[in-house]
Amino acid sequence: MEKEIKTFTVSIYTENNIGLLNRISAIFQRRHINIESLNSSVSEIKGVYRFTIIVKVTELQIKKIIGQIDKQIEVIKAYYHNEDDTIYQESCLFKIKSSLLFDDRQIQNIIKDSNARIVTVNKEFFVLEKSGRRKEIDNLYDRLNEYGILQFVRSGAVSITKQPMNISEILSEFKN
Amino acid sequence: MSSQKKISGSEAVVKCLIAEGVEIIYGYPGGAIMPVYDELHKYEDKIHHVLTRHEQGATHSAQGFARISGKVGVAIATSGPGATNLVTGLADAQIDSTPMVCITGQVASHLLGSDAFQETDIVGISTPVTKWNHQITKASDIPNILAKAFYIAKSGRPGPVLIDITKDAQFEMFDFNYSKVTGIRSYKPVPKPQITSLNLAADLINNASKPMIVWGQGVILSEAEKEFLTFVEKTGIPAAWTIMGVSAIPTSHPLNVGMVGMHGNYAPNMLTNECDLLVAIGMRFDDRVTGNLDKYAKQAKVIHFEIDPAEINKNVKADVPVLGDAKETLTKILPLLKSRKHDKWLNNFKKLYKIEYDSVIKNDLFPTKEGLTMGEVIKEINTYTKGNAAVVTDVGQHQMIACRYAEFNKSRSNITSGGLGTMGFALPAAIGAKMACPEREVVAVIGDGGYQMTIQELGTIFQSKVPVKIVVLNNSFLGMVRQWQQLFFEKRYASTELVNPDFTAIAKAYYIKSKKVSKREELATAVEEMIKSKESFFLEVVVEKEANVFPMIPSGAAVSDIRLK
Repeated sequence: MEKEIKTFTVSIYTENNIGLLNRISAIFQRRHINIESLNSSVSEIKGVYRFTIIVKVTELQIKKIIGQIDKQIEVIKAYYHNEDDTIYQESCLFKIKSSLLFDDRQIQNIIKDSNARIVTVNKEFFVLEKSGRRKEIDNLYDRLNEYGILQFVRSGAVSITKQPMNISEILSEFKN
Repeated sequence: MSSQKKISGSEAVVKCLIAEGVEIIYGYPGGAIMPVYDELHKYEDKIHHVLTRHEQGATHSAQGFARISGKVGVAIATSGPGATNLVTGLADAQIDSTPMVCITGQVASHLLGSDAFQETDIVGISTPVTKWNHQITKASDIPNILAKAFYIAKSGRPGPVLIDITKDAQFEMFDFNYSKVTGIRSYKPVPKPQITSLNLAADLINNASKPMIVWGQGVILSEAEKEFLTFVEKTGIPAAWTIMGVSAIPTSHPLNVGMVGMHGNYAPNMLTNECDLLVAIGMRFDDRVTGNLDKYAKQAKVIHFEIDPAEINKNVKADVPVLGDAKETLTKILPLLKSRKHDKWLNNFKKLYKIEYDSVIKNDLFPTKEGLTMGEVIKEINTYTKGNAAVVTDVGQHQMIACRYAEFNKSRSNITSGGLGTMGFALPAAIGAKMACPEREVVAVIGDGGYQMTIQELGTIFQSKVPVKIVVLNNSFLGMVRQWQQLFFEKRYASTELVNPDFTAIAKAYYIKSKKVSKREELATAVEEMIKSKESFFLEVVVEKEANVFPMIPSGAAVSDIRLK
């Protein structure tokens, strides 16, 4: 079980610090592990930041990696979760020729079916936004690709865990 | 401690060092750190700055200082090449958990990122080899960041910290106010020991029939020598050490069964795979200790006393992890333990020692062949220092031989580059060790290869009058690599033979007393003369060219596949 390669979501709560991203990514780099996606943002606690990193590794590896991330000075707490234990979303943008909207009615159906949203339209192109799971975005990409995509970009995953994180409690334990 | 008077950032750096109790620092000046050096000049009655001959030497001196004293070692350098020359020392301190603070100068903040003269991203470069690092661009950050640096370097599992200070921050005037850091919100240096795991561990120890201890540097770092000795004597468990742990208890102790690992002793390596309980204390199951992990102590239950949670189950699965500082956990477990003896089991160690003695040790220490052995040199050093010296070693054959045979009565007496295996470590580390403990005899034992990597530090010994004793065991080879070439590469000696200079002439050029020995009958008097010397002394011993270090666990083999020849 522990030796099977799976997708894990790593959530890291940190103090904001220049260079911390470098320090965290170095832990993956030295083990020759590719980062599938990485997102850094503010968290639910003021002054506390949160990294969300998606990697494909074994559970044995991710446990050791979490230990090494967790001991970095500015890391408050690091966790890993299975895909099933998280609710995650990615976001993407497509740039497509506007003429296709009128020349090929099928595109309108694709947009409707996929719950994608048109962000802007002008004479030359329109921009489509879609949030969802990796697979949904991949599906939409495949369908639109038949008609031609001018530009495509996808964000890293952001994720919320089903289990509570207890960061506030960890922080309140600290007494200087 | 606080004072409300505007001072420069560079003066603040020096005041912070003083406030942290720093008395000696090692370094090398240059453009971007000149303001700090100007202040060091003013405060030279409070802080002694030792000018090394290379920044790498400054880091190893700071490490030697830290390893023998337990205090934080400090090294200082300029930006660019000065800073990059610290990297080896930082990596060495990181892997061997040595408390060190390195301070580097940096180009002015408005030049950052512009490829300015002697600009290098030392924070980026040093990130993977530091416990923590930080760049300061405002003078007002200096007191708190330096206080944090010392706290982080020293607390929990110690390690190196690098602080990079831009030149404008060094010049900037501000209101200086210093207070020590005693905690950081996101950093838990010492995990709390769990009573349940202490109970489980005590239960296993009380009921084991063939238990064995392997201890490492953690015992020394947590200053748990006394508690550890009580633990060993109360439980009666045979105790073996890693190269970083030796000297925590005397080498002559009846329960001290020697070194584990690649060139360790026969008995503890063999019996690692026979014991029913392995009690690991303050060690991290390095691959040079365990050999093939799939065949390491599989039959045994494992208890792991450890301060760093990331080490638990990293290499060897612990049945009972005991997290915490070794001094605290050992103190807490002592009342739970029964007084026991394991004489029959201990006898197995003695029997295997006899085998090792007959086939290896006797020939190393009492050779009958003409060429001098490294072992007999160490034996003579033992004779004249009576096991009271600190022995500083470099890396390679001489290191293994010295650690196998050196006798130690006192803790913090074996200073070596264990995890990183840094050739060139010993000479500058010996300088730091001697300056930290001037009352102690400090003997550096170095190979002819590693010696030439930092040989310029003879200049530091001469200029700063550091009475270290230097022994170079000269076999005109990079001996350990040659040994591997002999055993595993069919004697193809690719680039391992050294054509050496006249080492005694070099020592003489630095006005260091020196002697060269190549015959057995000259050895004892030469070692005696060296130890009796009040000044620094250089002794070159020409040893057998193609001798090998045994026992040996070939890489990838099991500890019990250890070879005696």
